[in-house]
Amino acid sequence: RLHGVKFTIRCLVKAEFLRKGLKGITTLSQPTHRMYLTHTDGVSSLQLATELEEDHQKIVGAIKSLQSLGDIVEAEQATSSRWELTAEGSSIVKNGSHEALVFKAVPPGEEGIPQPDLMKATGASGKIGMSKAIQAGWLKVKKEGGVTKLTRTVESIVDTVKKNLEELEKGTSTVEANVINDYKKRKLMQQVTVTSFIVRRGAGFTTTIEKQETELTPELIASGAWKTKKFKPYNFNALGTPLAVGHLHPLLKVRSEFLEIFMEMGFSEMPTNKYIESSFWNFDALFVPQKHPARDDHDTFFLSRPAKTTSVPEDYLERVKKVHSVGDFGSQGYRYEWKREEAEKNVLRTHTTAVSARMLHKLAQEGFKPSKFFSIDKVFRNETLDATHLAEFHQVEGVVCDRNITLGDLLGIIKEFFRRLGIEKVRFKPAYNPYTEPSMEVFAYHPGLKKWVEVGNSGMFRPELLLPMGIPPDVRCHGWGLSLERPTMIRYGIDNIRDLVGPRVDLQMVYNNPLCRLDKH
Amino acid sequence: MDKICFEFGIELDDIVEAEPPSTGVEYKIDIPANRYDLLCVEGIANALAVFLQLKGAPELKRYEPEGTILETKVLSSTAGVRPYIVTAAVRNVNMTKGLYDSLIDLQEKLHHNICRKRTLVAIGVHDLDSLTPPFIYSAVKPQDIKFKPLNQQKEFVADELMEFYQKDTHLKPYLHIIKDKPLYPLVSDSKGVVLSLPPIINGDHSKVSLATKNLFIECTATDLYKAQVVLDTMVVLLSEYSDRQWETEATRVVYESTKKAHLYPSLEYRSEVVDVNEANRTVGISIEADVMAKSLSRMGLDSSVLGVDKINVKIPPTRHDIIHQCDIMEDVAISYGYSNIIPQLPPAATVAAQNSLNKLTSQLREIVAQAGFTEALTFSLCSMEDECEKLLQPRQEKEKVLARIANPKTQDFQVARNSLLPGLLKTVHANKRMQLPLQLFEISDVVTLDSQTDTGARNVRKFCAIHYNKTPAFETIHGLLDRVMQVLEVKYPEDYRLTADDDPTYFPGRCAVVEYRGKRIGKLGVLHPKVLQNFDCNMLCSAVEIEIEDFL
Repeated sequence: RLHGVKFTIRCLVKAEFLRKGLKGITTLSQPTHRMYLTHTDGVSSLQLATELEEDHQKIVGAIKSLQSLGDIVEAEQATSSRWELTAEGSSIVKNGSHEALVFKAVPPGEEGIPQPDLMKATGASGKIGMSKAIQAGWLKVKKEGGVTKLTRTVESIVDTVKKNLEELEKGTSTVEANVINDYKKRKLMQQVTVTSFIVRRGAGFTTTIEKQETELTPELIASGAWKTKKFKPYNFNALGTPLAVGHLHPLLKVRSEFLEIFMEMGFSEMPTNKYIESSFWNFDALFVPQKHPARDDHDTFFLSRPAKTTSVPEDYLERVKKVHSVGDFGSQGYRYEWKREEAEKNVLRTHTTAVSARMLHKLAQEGFKPSKFFSIDKVFRNETLDATHLAEFHQVEGVVCDRNITLGDLLGIIKEFFRRLGIEKVRFKPAYNPYTEPSMEVFAYHPGLKKWVEVGNSGMFRPELLLPMGIPPDVRCHGWGLSLERPTMIRYGIDNIRDLVGPRVDLQMVYNNPLCRLDKH
Repeated sequence: MDKICFEFGIELDDIVEAEPPSTGVEYKIDIPANRYDLLCVEGIANALAVFLQLKGAPELKRYEPEGTILETKVLSSTAGVRPYIVTAAVRNVNMTKGLYDSLIDLQEKLHHNICRKRTLVAIGVHDLDSLTPPFIYSAVKPQDIKFKPLNQQKEFVADELMEFYQKDTHLKPYLHIIKDKPLYPLVSDSKGVVLSLPPIINGDHSKVSLATKNLFIECTATDLYKAQVVLDTMVVLLSEYSDRQWETEATRVVYESTKKAHLYPSLEYRSEVVDVNEANRTVGISIEADVMAKSLSRMGLDSSVLGVDKINVKIPPTRHDIIHQCDIMEDVAISYGYSNIIPQLPPAATVAAQNSLNKLTSQLREIVAQAGFTEALTFSLCSMEDECEKLLQPRQEKEKVLARIANPKTQDFQVARNSLLPGLLKTVHANKRMQLPLQLFEISDVVTLDSQTDTGARNVRKFCAIHYNKTPAFETIHGLLDRVMQVLEVKYPEDYRLTADDDPTYFPGRCAVVEYRGKRIGKLGVLHPKVLQNFDCNMLCSAVEIEIEDFL
């Protein structure tokens, strides 16, 4: 399309602009056109169209073409409105007004013509023309033997409407405003908005137009012609060509940022490549009672194959059983009958904390040392799905354990973590979680939503969880977690999680996704 | 109100205009799942009043009646269906519409939460004056049970009643608990009047009305401890309105099998001695013993200083959530205020390390994206059909590796996927409007059965890429594989090679196995047109899918 336009312009410039009088704006020698170039207000494209008897659109094209050649001329856009004849108005100019046509169809003399015959003879002009002609006193109605007839009352008429419209079309009119208004009501004329240009001489004004090179070529360089050739200016007001590139997934770009933050804070990554977990590690080890609602069919995916876990550290299992059923390590326990079969049931892990439990157990077996762990990986919930919930999502989890660390350390590390995500204002609400005590929900102030939103959960692991593993009694262990999807959706303004994750992902969104800079909002 | 709730750890969800005929506003509050004492308005109001130091915690008491103690005899027949019952009586209760509503509401909430939809515990509250003690808790053949159930006009035999309630949306969810048992549990009085058919329905005879003065509460259960918690929670609400405020009349339960008698409700206070320094160290604050004792009292835990740096904490029967000292320390922290604790960073310097498999994955992702492929992120769960029929793979072979989910809500979650290819083809299908070619990849875990692991399954990290266009452009996918091998410093032909293979997923003659140092790690080729049709894709596609864990 662009090429076609350019071609037209070039033809116009050559054929019309220069050959006809419009070269006046580029040729000083012709005194009749000198005024356009010296006049400080420039010249309107409309005026040029009139004077050169050329279609205005062609003039505009020519001006644009001159502009594209550099700064030969300057053009400023202007809008104005003018009156224009409608199709009906034009037809009147050509054939005469309706009333004149009707008048002509009535024969002179007393005999006149029956109304139906007149209507037949004058067609579309008949009805309106008759009433206008009667109004003007040109015709009169008489009844004769039950027949309505029209006869002339004057011998000749002047078709003022036609005359006025002719003048208006030429633009030489002295027709009064109220008459014009009447024509507008009769839909003979309409007002149109015209975009025109005021053209002035530009800084690089010249009267000769040279063919410009579109691009540097090896030939131009070899011949040295590039030194003298003029080059067509680039249009910098358009986008470049989209490149064929690959992209990383937006959610996983956010995951990389989270990973970097954890690494900067000294956290080591846990091996979380284990989607299928036993209820023992997913729940029992974490002191989640066997009748807890989270272990319900409605919340957790159980496996039918492989349905059961075959091995659990036996001594550890005994300690877990005891602390659940009758209490131990200073705990009352949950006081219920703990069943091994429940613990052996395989599940799709409902949280990565199952892996944290394995890591802490391992840490206790290998000899405790202060540790910080993190993981970001998939977890599964057999939940009802909606615009923000899927059956699988990514959990981000951080764990810190050391001797004699305090709740203040947990608050501190969470604050630092969220600060690095670009969230400065954080507050904590007491909450309940079966495996942490104290437990806290983390709220962040969202300046866009102007409210506090829940962004994560946290707490100190219960002694009933740590001590059966063999973690020393003075060691405390902090954990916090959040989903990866939620902050990503908030950050990029995505309302439906399916646009972000899963096969229904919006690939255009993936293509357009910016760098992940969490601290930039 | 918002601030008080937030600090106390309950969530003020919303404030709405009360529904007529009530006036004023209604507070919608979310409470922690283990605080059964806060499941009624009275409980929340009392706890907040104590928290704000407007009053002290109530002194709950169980007294033995001067006359005959109310007794319930438990017959051995109950052992097979619902073995436990606990009972209590609250007398001279000033029953108002407000209390009545609160009572019903609390009962509902307890049934739903701690009672696990009545499976563990079921509650019955009765007008004591309409009954003739002692009571009998037995298990009886359904056809031998006949009574007029609550709010019904006629008597039903129990098995008819179970049929009748099939149509009752409120009660239907509980029928399964006893439906197929040979004997149904039954609480009745000495004249044979039925109090309840737990956990389904009470009898109409003893129903509580606004005229009721004296109340009898029974909780039948499969979990005795939870039954006691539930009973305690119920009598705390009722005894607040008794003329002996906060006091409950003891009742006796005698088991036929053991001849043992127990007094209920337990309403037991328990004491814990808390080390002030230990508590300070846990929370990260430094407050004196008397201050700590006072702040614990605000949380409803009456506490007193006990010598140097020790406080005695009295845990009331309303606080069954406190099972360890750490629960008390949480109350110290809440009372002190989380916002008043000074945040600090844990002192230990630790050296961080990335997981090696994840690091390799992330480096390969960069390389593949740089090669012009776009990363997809698809689901780990899928249907059996996605893995078998749609890929033209025989089901009996695939079943040997696929982990199956027992309780999927839809067939999209039947199995944990073993292949990344279906996810990528679904992504193509959903993005058909995009400009061709579509070049997609994913590096993710799939699951395979493996009897060598404790759970019987393990994750396998795989790399899959596809080129989808008007031509299959196998050379592009082949080139991508070569590129990946090149950056892994795996040399051709010494370390890896392709061998022609027959695989139903691929077009005949257009498939090869990738062998890495003699091990088959995956395949590449041009997809079979039927596979593309099965995923509703109408262009051509070449694909590669290999395991990457051997490159570690």
